[in-house]
Amino acid sequence: MTDTPQNPDLPEIPDAVSEPHRRYAIQLVWIIPIVAALIGLSIAVKTLMDRGDTITITFKTGEGMEAGKTKIKYKDVQIGEVKELAIAHDRSHVVVTAELSKDARGLLVKDTRFYVVRARITGGNVSGLGTLIGGSYIGVDAGSSTESRDEFVGLEAPPAVSMDVPGRQFVLHSDDVGSIDTASPVFYRRLPVGQVTGTELDRDGKGVTVRAFIRAPFDQYVKTNSVFWHASGVDVSLSASGVKVNTESLVSILLGGIAFQTPEDRFDAPVAQANAVFSLFNTREEALKHVETAETYTLVFLESVRGLAVGAPVDLRGVTVGEVTKIDVALNAAHSEVAIPVEVRFYPDRLRSQRQGKTPHSRPLNSRELLDSLVSHGFRAEIKSGSLVTGQLYVSLDFFPKAKRAKIDWSAQPPRFPTVPGTMGELQKQLMHIVQKFESLPVEELSGDARKTVQSLDATLKSADKMLKNIDQSVVPEARSALVEARKSLEEVRGTLGEFRGTLGEARTTLGGANRVLAPDAPLQIDLREALREISRAAQSLRVLGDYLEQHPESLVRGKQEDKK
Amino acid sequence: MNGPVQSAAGQGLCACHVCSLVSRRTHLSEAAHCPRCGASLHFRKPGSVASCWAFLIAAYILYLPANLLTMMETGSLISYRKDTIMSGVVHLWKTGSWGISLVVFIASITIPLLKLISLTILLVSVQRRSTWHPRQRARLYRLVELVGRWSMLDIYVVTLLAALVQLGSLATVKAGPAAVAFGAVVVLTMFASMKFDPRLIWDPLEREKL
Repeated sequence: MTDTPQNPDLPEIPDAVSEPHRRYAIQLVWIIPIVAALIGLSIAVKTLMDRGDTITITFKTGEGMEAGKTKIKYKDVQIGEVKELAIAHDRSHVVVTAELSKDARGLLVKDTRFYVVRARITGGNVSGLGTLIGGSYIGVDAGSSTESRDEFVGLEAPPAVSMDVPGRQFVLHSDDVGSIDTASPVFYRRLPVGQVTGTELDRDGKGVTVRAFIRAPFDQYVKTNSVFWHASGVDVSLSASGVKVNTESLVSILLGGIAFQTPEDRFDAPVAQANAVFSLFNTREEALKHVETAETYTLVFLESVRGLAVGAPVDLRGVTVGEVTKIDVALNAAHSEVAIPVEVRFYPDRLRSQRQGKTPHSRPLNSRELLDSLVSHGFRAEIKSGSLVTGQLYVSLDFFPKAKRAKIDWSAQPPRFPTVPGTMGELQKQLMHIVQKFESLPVEELSGDARKTVQSLDATLKSADKMLKNIDQSVVPEARSALVEARKSLEEVRGTLGEFRGTLGEARTTLGGANRVLAPDAPLQIDLREALREISRAAQSLRVLGDYLEQHPESLVRGKQEDKK
Repeated sequence: MNGPVQSAAGQGLCACHVCSLVSRRTHLSEAAHCPRCGASLHFRKPGSVASCWAFLIAAYILYLPANLLTMMETGSLISYRKDTIMSGVVHLWKTGSWGISLVVFIASITIPLLKLISLTILLVSVQRRSTWHPRQRARLYRLVELVGRWSMLDIYVVTLLAALVQLGSLATVKAGPAAVAFGAVVVLTMFASMKFDPRLIWDPLEREKL
């Protein structure tokens, strides 16, 4: 195209307008692939960086899990997916290979827990219902460790409390697990403040370990001297103090639970560290007893302890200061006697706090000195009957000033505390003694004597009778004549009195007649009154006659004139 | 075709891109503009091969994320899945929708790839001034042009679903990053085929004849 060929067939084609040549330095269009490359590159980099980690989790079963489908969720947000399900070499468990997104990298630390979420209905709660439709998934409970790892052992059940809930976990040791299970509530003053996160048998099989999680801010109430006890069910106990029914709450009756408390008088104790170990007691009372420093003593009784049970109170004038922990039988072959060593747990603090008043913490007196001094003043233990109905016995501590001098045998293990025979035993002994005395009495002789006595008494009585008859015969007739005379004279007196009475009666009738005459309604009186009235009338007519005669003196002659009409 | 093949450019004639007025360029070394509308005049689309390459390379680059990244995220009450184009095809195939699976596979994977390859072949052959089957290549170009606008099937589906299925927590459909990349691939290949000047296929032929 160096030349411009002229075509004669197209003469009317106009010439293009020429203009100075313009050079394009760069073609802008190349920006597009560069931008695309940049975008592609950035996506590639992002994808590479977002590429999560692959982890393996081992589970006992692969129930509900499916490769490529089962999600891994943290707080219900998907953070990964199960890529592969394989059976371990020894076929004992399932190895789940999962890929997690990049933002889940922080979760892959040593104490992160993985668990399969399935629909779960337990006594306390219903969870994971969504998995019935959507299929189960693997839940994650983020750990707080900084040590990263990519191999995990999955839990078979979701943890009761996820790790991000503030609070602390404590370890409780108990003889048996009772009705406690994972997710059983923990109560503080009957307020649910936490949950049991796990129960397991101790490795030696001699007890169980219960892990309890207390939510913040309640965890601060777990002090180093707090006590935990089973709050499960209903606790009905029959003891020397009577029948007692104790429950925590309705929920705990159904589900079981744990309660804890800190003794009121020692509330300022330091707050317990996380994972601190506590004992889990069966009842609240037992737990509270253990708060105090306890000392164990042996009390050796020679009498029967039938009715004395382990747990029976050790009582000091009505205040429980300890309890019986063990009852043994010791056979002393040499003396061929049976002694009963009773082990008691004694809480000297109760004694001391009474003595020290407001300063229960200060311990100026060591309990050994204190007890020694008490014992030297006759402080002894004895067995007493708590209830005649149930036959429960208890150990009573009191002062027996007359008791034989004794000392606490500190060398024995546990120390041996002096005892006195119980009043029951004493009473029995005395009764026996009385019975024996009765038995030794010469009862038959005595009864023979008694019979003789009775016979002689009979004779005496008979003679007395005779004597009386004699008296009757000799004395009585004379006495009777005297009496008759006396009666006669009396009758005479009575006759005189009768006459006198007749006179008096006459006098009375006379007086009565007078009285009748004088009475206002007596006929005499009425007659008199009428007579007087007649007289006054007669006087009136006399006056009228006089007046008339005065005016008409002629009438004397002519008679009364007729009125003229 | 009667007589020897001679192009307009060979005779110094040039058509305006805007008003299609054919004018004669006398000074070929100088730039010219249309005597009627004033637009710049070029014998061939300026920088055709270069721009075509640029778009094509960009398309190639984006073709990778388009196929590797998630195209669509579907979440429902019971499940949640992220699908790339290929996994979607596999899922459809597995669930028995073979027809749809094939359609998606052809429309979303094969056709874009074929477009890219076709344009590459065209460009390479043009650059090498190949005289190999020019008519076939021209037909290929027309096919690429024609198909271009129809390869947005995936994008249509995703955008429609994403817009329509928004039932909150019950079901959601979201477009993934691959959707953007895929759309870009389609658009870039369309640009590339637009920038390609099919007359270039015939130029070496004329040169050979000359």
